[in-house]
Amino acid sequence: MTDTLAPGGQPALSPQNAAIIQLTRKDFVSDQEVRWCPGCGDYSILAQTQKVMPDFGYPKENIVFISGIGCSGRLPYYMNTYGFHSIHGRAPAIATGLKAARPDLMVWVITGDGDALSIGGNHLIHSMRRNVDIRVIMFNNRIYGLTKGQASPTSEIGKVTKSTPLGTVDYPISPLTIALAAEASFIARSVDTHTEHLQQTLTRAGFHRGSVFTEVLQNCNIFNDGAHREFTDREVREDRMLALEHGQPMIFGKDRDMGLRLNGYQPEVVKLGDDFRVEDLLVHDEQDPLIAFMLSRLYWPDFPVPVGVIRDIRRPTHDELVTNQIEEAIAARGEGNLQALLNGNDTWTVK
Amino acid sequence: MTTTNEREIPMEELERVTIRFAGDSGDGMQVAGTQFTRTSAVFGNDVSTLPDFPAEIRAPAGSLPGVSGFQISFSSTDIHTPGDEPDVLVAMNPAALKVNLNELPAGAALIVNEDAFTATNLAKAGYASNPLKDGSLHNWNVFPIPISTLNTRALEGLEMTSKQMDLTKNFFALGVMFWLYERSMEPTLQWIGDKFKKRPIFADANKRALRAGYAFGETTEIFHSRYMVPRAPQRPGTYRNLTGNEGAALGFVAASVKANRPLFYGSYPITPASDILHELASYKTFGVKTFQAEDEIAAIGSAIGASYGGAMGMTGTSGPGIALKSEAMGLAVMVELPLVIIDVQRAGPSTGMPTKNEQADLLQVLYGRNSDSPVAVVAPATPGETFWYAFEAWRLALKYMTPVVFLSDAFLATGAEPWPIPSVDDLPDISVPNRTEKAGFRPYDRDPQTLARPWAVPGTPGLEHRIGGLEKADLTGNVSYDPENHHRMQELRQAKIAGIANDIPELEVAGPAEGDLLILGWGSTYGSIRSAVERLQARGHSVAHAHLRYLNPFPRNTGDVVKAYKRVMIPEINLGQLSMLIRARYLVDAQGYNKVRGKPFRISEIEAEAERLIAELRGASR
Ligand SMILES: Cc1ncc(C[n+]2csc(CCOP(=O)(O)OP(=O)(O)O)c2C)c(N)n1
Ligand code: SF4
Ligand SMILES: [Mg+2]
Repeated sequence: MTDTLAPGGQPALSPQNAAIIQLTRKDFVSDQEVRWCPGCGDYSILAQTQKVMPDFGYPKENIVFISGIGCSGRLPYYMNTYGFHSIHGRAPAIATGLKAARPDLMVWVITGDGDALSIGGNHLIHSMRRNVDIRVIMFNNRIYGLTKGQASPTSEIGKVTKSTPLGTVDYPISPLTIALAAEASFIARSVDTHTEHLQQTLTRAGFHRGSVFTEVLQNCNIFNDGAHREFTDREVREDRMLALEHGQPMIFGKDRDMGLRLNGYQPEVVKLGDDFRVEDLLVHDEQDPLIAFMLSRLYWPDFPVPVGVIRDIRRPTHDELVTNQIEEAIAARGEGNLQALLNGNDTWTVK
Repeated sequence: MTTTNEREIPMEELERVTIRFAGDSGDGMQVAGTQFTRTSAVFGNDVSTLPDFPAEIRAPAGSLPGVSGFQISFSSTDIHTPGDEPDVLVAMNPAALKVNLNELPAGAALIVNEDAFTATNLAKAGYASNPLKDGSLHNWNVFPIPISTLNTRALEGLEMTSKQMDLTKNFFALGVMFWLYERSMEPTLQWIGDKFKKRPIFADANKRALRAGYAFGETTEIFHSRYMVPRAPQRPGTYRNLTGNEGAALGFVAASVKANRPLFYGSYPITPASDILHELASYKTFGVKTFQAEDEIAAIGSAIGASYGGAMGMTGTSGPGIALKSEAMGLAVMVELPLVIIDVQRAGPSTGMPTKNEQADLLQVLYGRNSDSPVAVVAPATPGETFWYAFEAWRLALKYMTPVVFLSDAFLATGAEPWPIPSVDDLPDISVPNRTEKAGFRPYDRDPQTLARPWAVPGTPGLEHRIGGLEKADLTGNVSYDPENHHRMQELRQAKIAGIANDIPELEVAGPAEGDLLILGWGSTYGSIRSAVERLQARGHSVAHAHLRYLNPFPRNTGDVVKAYKRVMIPEINLGQLSMLIRARYLVDAQGYNKVRGKPFRISEIEAEAERLIAELRGASR
């Protein structure tokens, strides 16, 4: 759901505003030289991010990018907005304080699979359960890129890396399931190279008010090349990925002839035709937590990989709740009087 | 109070009395102690208090770990400590007697609730026989009173269970003490009325208990004297009672008002710092935003985020939490944002003794981070001073764009003293501007005097820029790996903190400006040291006291002060941290005097050590 009216007179996220403010992609490009490895998926994510920024109608001085540490963490340097490249895993905590202090800002958090789910797991979870109004974009390359190629919490079991020469013995985590368990109010997935889909997804993420968790499947061509190619490559993507659309039946495939239905309570891939028709398929509902949970569990090769917006609900955000408490206290008792506070309620006077 | 059968009881005048109330955690000893304190303060004594909470929240009733104590010293002269040893111990059960007896000097008075000395309670406290009967207390002046029985009798007819009645016996004991020390019951009666406004029956019961205790004092034959501690000469003004944690919270809010910026407090609960969170959470009408974070790292992270946004971001914890915050403290040093970090120290290492006192985090807050990572450190010396140094911490943080550590401890946090309430109009304006000017803006340009960088907050058009934990190029703030630049930046960060020495008062000395012995302290040892020094001076010794409130940087005359005496003694509740710094920095042969027992120093032990050093000096010069 999209809000165009915002509390506290802050700039509304609206196309009207965008028309008035009239920024272009170029306004969001900083003067810093981009320093990712040639061919890295991060380039595309940066480009799509810069591309969609003008649409939100925020003046760029009201936009802040906060990152942790990792290759992904460099992104704020390349955005000509306010930016804060912080420490490993802590960006959601810093963003929580910033947003609580400054509800008028649009805050994005850029993080990696290690940054978000390993060292920063606690902060990620708690920012989502508090519905902090920040847009967490997690670059998932299923590897530690910056530290030159160790296994990450999303690396597949058995993965051979420098730190796991005989294959990792740690099972991977499911980022979307975590986000759901932590009650993020917006959960989505996209792919670095699917530029249009990524733009759409980032746009939806930007317009959401509340905690956004967006996983972007990203290729690290140096340490985990082809991390997602089995289902993201041009030739196979339509057959192996399920692009979600709210209110629409879950159809996929080059020929739009495959679908997902429920068999009992189990999802099942079916071929449309004599046995199954469109009416038999599951219809996506961004507000249904059970559908969201099911989708978060589907992955190639057993299922097509769901991409798009999995969940989008509206509930009061952390900064709204914090601000409301203060406003209500002041409405009830008036603004604080410092002298009265210092005096307390039990004084005596020496003459 | 006049009664028909009033006895003539002599009234003795005393300069100072120290009372310890002790009982089971459920016996209301903190309330009794606090009420006695208020009454004495309102009367005009100088007072100093020390609560002693049990480590367990709900230890089994009657057990040794369940004993809770509250010591108050009240005096007709200026005092600095809650007293070394009590003159009177009020023990509500055998466990309270057992835990406290070893600190009760021979001849002191011992008022006990003899009803509680049952076989079960004696066994719980580990007494093989009843000390009230076996003669083992012959060294003390014992007054056994059947408090429970008398109290229940006084409450007869009230519709309460006997258990509820028993809960009021602390007021009976307090009543007895009020009679014995000729205190008015009025302030407490009023307090009870307010506190139990909604439950009149409890108000009635507690008032009856208090009056019954007082009346018992009047009618009993066991006391042969009453005592009077006259008013202390206090400076004119309006006073309140203040604990260190309250004082800190008030100081921070005052700073926010005087800096005209909202306060943001991110914290994760930990003894003995939690009360600051509780206090600040109740100041919503001042626009204070509090955030109970998921851990200490998030707490400081959120505070850094708030400061980045132009608020006054602050975080608070105790030593274990500082350990978790240290990486983020380094980030705050690097991004040069104002931030106040509260460390209410407790006994460690690790979880240590959470409710007990220590001042052993000094080196941790100064050096417990990777690389050279300088922060300013202030440390109040008394509960009342916490207000002023909380305010000062923010003045420095804002003016120098730096993290500042506010170093308190468990003793300051929970101890209380009468506090002359300042007038808000007398507090200085500590506001600093945000950078808004676009022309010539460079994120790491510095004010030539303070070396502070500009505070350019998100939302300011034209000043979009990036900061972070990677090394900054001087002036531009861009990422830089240049070797010379790194060296320059390390020196600049150091110089900025060092420069604060020109902006803080010189170290004051109480006593001769040069002489035999300087006792140098910091933090909550102030009271014990000052009292010891006064006694030593009264005996004609050439002894002075200096107390550091600034631990980084040190006041600019610190070197001169420590070099002006033949001996320097540094008492600390750690194994020698300030003494190491002073020795290293000023090349003086300072002697540490170190005791880590979770308790404040006794005045007498500092005195004894000082005399030993002076005697040694005499011996050496002979
Ligand atoms: C406290 C701390 N521990 C370890 C590191 C080293 N480190 C930097 S980035 C990183 C992992 C990054 O992985 P990921 O989040 O997946 O980011 P990517 O580089 O893949 O984008 C590690 C371990 C650090 N900077 N700080
Ligand atoms: S190491 Fe991998 S993730 Fe990092 S910049 Fe290079 S390609 Fe990209
Ligand atoms: Mg990664």
